Amino acid sequence: MTHSEAVATEGGFADPVFDSQAVFAAIMDAFARPGKIVDLGARATAPAPMPAAAAAFIATLADFDTPIWLDEGLGQVPGLVPWISFHTGAPLAGKPDAARFAVLSDARELLDLGRFALGTPEYPDRSATIIAVLEGLDGGERLVLSGPGIEHEAFMEPRGLPSGFLAAVARNNALFPLGVDILLVAGAKALALARTTRIRSA
Amino acid sequence: MSATTPTYAFAYLDEQTKRMIRRAILKAITIPGYQVPFASREMPMPYGWGTGGVQVTASIIGPNDVLKVIDQGADDTTNAVSIRAFFERTAGVATTTRTTEATIVQTRHRVPETPLAEGQTIVFQVPIPEPLRFLEPRETETRVMHALEEYGLMHVKLYEDIARHGHIATTYAYPVKVEGRYVMDPSPIPKFDNPKMHRSPALQLFGAGREKRIYAVPPYTEVVSLDFEDHPFRIQSFDRPCALCGADDVYLDEVVTDDRGGRMFVCSDTDHCEDRRAKGFTGEQVHQEAAE
Repeated sequence: MTHSEAVATEGGFADPVFDSQAVFAAIMDAFARPGKIVDLGARATAPAPMPAAAAAFIATLADFDTPIWLDEGLGQVPGLVPWISFHTGAPLAGKPDAARFAVLSDARELLDLGRFALGTPEYPDRSATIIAVLEGLDGGERLVLSGPGIEHEAFMEPRGLPSGFLAAVARNNALFPLGVDILLVAGAKALALARTTRIRSA
Repeated sequence: MSATTPTYAFAYLDEQTKRMIRRAILKAITIPGYQVPFASREMPMPYGWGTGGVQVTASIIGPNDVLKVIDQGADDTTNAVSIRAFFERTAGVATTTRTTEATIVQTRHRVPETPLAEGQTIVFQVPIPEPLRFLEPRETETRVMHALEEYGLMHVKLYEDIARHGHIATTYAYPVKVEGRYVMDPSPIPKFDNPKMHRSPALQLFGAGREKRIYAVPPYTEVVSLDFEDHPFRIQSFDRPCALCGADDVYLDEVVTDDRGGRMFVCSDTDHCEDRRAKGFTGEQVHQEAAE
């Protein structure tokens, strides 16, 4: 058995039914309340540097129906592609716009959201969900969020967002009902930005 | 014969199905009011019994959830009792009739009178999810109408109501516009309940099993009933209070009490009515019985 195969079979959910239910409940809460930081727990462990929250998301929602795009950094991580294959059966997407989920380790990739599937006017749900790995979800510049799921305003302070992120999100907002949805992750924590979530500097 | 009970997957559905439904729910939340197609499964109950709502509930429910199920506001009618028993058996979750205690409320055609709170999820059972369906039977066409935001036909329908009846005669499944974009069927709730959907702190999920659609309204989202400036949207009003608890701000059911034309009007929401009576509120029926 090669090293990467050994890694691939490790780190799945100990209890697939209840782990995936708990992770999904937190992810649903995150998308229903953009900006709210949720804890997806240390239930799934993929090869580093894939954070626990991204591993949990993929283990919960990916399967043979959901091609996954990994950015260059993650695509080269030894054992990550076999890990995803073993635990979910999800194929890798050949190009970004074929992906249902995209996992980005380089936050600068968030500046070009238009290369992912945006949905069609008749089927805007046929769009990608982007999981972006950040340094942290607190301690960064304070940003103000508004839109569905937010009573008045919500705040977030993620660390490691690229400059130009607000403009990229505004372009994504303008496509509504088309567009991508974003989950920012760091460690086991996650925070969702729906395509309807508007962001401005505080 | 062995007495072992057959074992089910937690909440009946297999994990692949739950994943597919969960993905649909997430996209439904991020596109408020838009109907996401999903691969609806055959459930151990007939279409029309809430198979869409049941599949949504089965995909979100966990062992720590507390489930309430209502049918036209009542916890004790056949549909509600059956679905509650279904989840007690297949998921072993706690159930309740108290709106305030529930984390998930599955409903057929009512929104509880007790305002829902942040952290609660309400799951609506939907027969016909497409608000334009009776105006345009072709799914390919209604898809394009939603894409182009072409909702003039719906306003013509409401206008024809006014021309014919003098007012908008639609009393249930009254169409709403969500966040200024999608026209949505709120499910066959009385229009009395439409204002409760507007900026509700709860997450609202809708499941249509036969029609294979899931849609959602996230918390604090605009839900506006369609109307005209000179014919503004109005909810039903009742000329008498609940005969049991005296509430005058609730939706009432007419109950026939004998074969001589006797009838009374009582809260459709049984939990709300019981709660009020427990707090000492009484209605005319109780007064009459006390007088006899």
